[in-house]
Amino acid sequence: MSSLALTLSDSRTMLRRNLRRLERYPSMTVLLIGMPIVFLLLFVYVFGGRLGEGLGAEFAGGHSGRQAYLNYVVPGILLMTLAAAVQGTAIVVAMDMTGGITDRFRTMSIARAAVLGGHVLAALIQVLVSLLIVLALALALGFRPTADPLDWLAATGVLGLFGLGLIWLATALGLAAKSVETASNTPMFLVLLPLLGSGFVPTESMPAGLRQFAEYQPFTPVAETVRGLLTGTHIGSEAILALAWSVAIIVASYSWAIHLYDNRRPN
Amino acid sequence: MSDWAIAAGGVRKAFGEAVVLDGIDLTVAERTVFALLGPNGAGKTTIVRILSTLIPADAGELRVAGRDVGADPDGVRAAIGVTGQFSAVDDLLTGRENVRLIADLKHFGREAARARVDELLGRFDLLEAADRPASTYSGGMRRRLDLAMTLVDSPPVIFLDEPTTGLDPRSRRTMWEAIRGLVAEGTTIFLTTQYLDEADHLADRIAVLDHGRIVAEGTPAELKRRVPGGHVELEFASATTLRAAADLLEAATADEERLALRVPEDGGVASLRRLLATLEEGGVEVEHISIHRPDLDDVFFAVTGGATEEALASR
Repeated sequence: MSSLALTLSDSRTMLRRNLRRLERYPSMTVLLIGMPIVFLLLFVYVFGGRLGEGLGAEFAGGHSGRQAYLNYVVPGILLMTLAAAVQGTAIVVAMDMTGGITDRFRTMSIARAAVLGGHVLAALIQVLVSLLIVLALALALGFRPTADPLDWLAATGVLGLFGLGLIWLATALGLAAKSVETASNTPMFLVLLPLLGSGFVPTESMPAGLRQFAEYQPFTPVAETVRGLLTGTHIGSEAILALAWSVAIIVASYSWAIHLYDNRRPN
Repeated sequence: MSDWAIAAGGVRKAFGEAVVLDGIDLTVAERTVFALLGPNGAGKTTIVRILSTLIPADAGELRVAGRDVGADPDGVRAAIGVTGQFSAVDDLLTGRENVRLIADLKHFGREAARARVDELLGRFDLLEAADRPASTYSGGMRRRLDLAMTLVDSPPVIFLDEPTTGLDPRSRRTMWEAIRGLVAEGTTIFLTTQYLDEADHLADRIAVLDHGRIVAEGTPAELKRRVPGGHVELEFASATTLRAAADLLEAATADEERLALRVPEDGGVASLRRLLATLEEGGVEVEHISIHRPDLDDVFFAVTGGATEEALASR
């Protein structure tokens, strides 16, 4: 077999292993999907009525109150789903690192691309399944997107690309963590970022300082782009920004993860 | 150098200020067992990690299975198997899935993989537990599963880093049997251990590592000849019998307080029989007899002039 064929074969083996691990450890996945679902229910049913009243006409799309807010908040909830799901990636990567099996792989002649790639591909599948579950719930609650199939495809692409960036970031954080506990805590800040952006309320309503942060952090253009694709709000230059952020996070996190895989030793 | 399965010269490694390996030279002939003996913190694991391509050495020449460790790590990786001190198995997978994972990564075909997995599980007495998750395995079973995973493609050189540390005596025996089986098949084994009896049982050559240096090297017999620690302790009912026995046995040292006599002795049956015969002919009644075989502390005392740090700490 050529070296590319070997790498592909090894990646497939590692993907199968990682999917099997996810299947054997369902409590983690359930817990991680539970968080955005709790936020969805909390924000729509507790705060949603009032928050919906305050949305400008450009976001309300002819609805009012709770229905308007549900349509507004779903992209933010989907981003929170991404951020929560990749915590699981950091945990499983750290489990491998501290458990010694990463060292076993490192003493075998398999491509590092296959070892890390197996984790990343499994995580991507997990992320997409999580998004699907949360989206199905949102639709059941009354989320009414206006997207056509092409918009859906584009929204999936934007979320998938940004998700890939977060997955590589979580992989690097998992490799860098000294213990599994650390690995489960460090990516937690990612879950807060949709809140500190345009995920839950428009940034115009925030005080200066927080508002600047919210407008310039990566979750905001992604939320705006997905919202535009799903519910027809204005996208403008946010799409370019979302793609640029995604690619930048992928490149930086990938390089960091590879560096850590080559150099970091478990204690 | 081609007859050496492992050859290392002038290997140095420091972590920050701490010098862990301070110029290690060693050679391991093909199809032999080499044991690296030393206490915790002597640098045993570090040298295994360097030889198995996990970490680079700061300096030194290293060849494993005829390949340069620094220049051709993938070549080395294809020729070695490593079983570390902490079992590198996937707890969420079953025993069978763990071995199969390695077979797949070694690119066995589907049928060949299935046959090899069954063969290894059978050999290590894991067939019954094969479909249970590895997390339910006992310490000994995990270690056997780990070794089975290491042996999937029958690598010519195997590193075993403290393969029996923490195992109960029965699992330890099973592990020794497995290692002897490998030797019979012609595998070269590089073993680290804290136990002299383990090195004694398994190794063709032993090197003693202390503070990053090899302080003694030889066959088990050569090494033990340098160790004065083997002795027989005789206990008596009264000071009179103790003195009578001490008069009969020239080399013995008496401990009046404990009414005990320490006789240098290798513990062999023939010499023990002679010792007891001497005492009986002299009409001396012995209450108790115990045999003390030289252990790592004795070897250390003999070759470094100081006890191991653990031994000091436990005193």
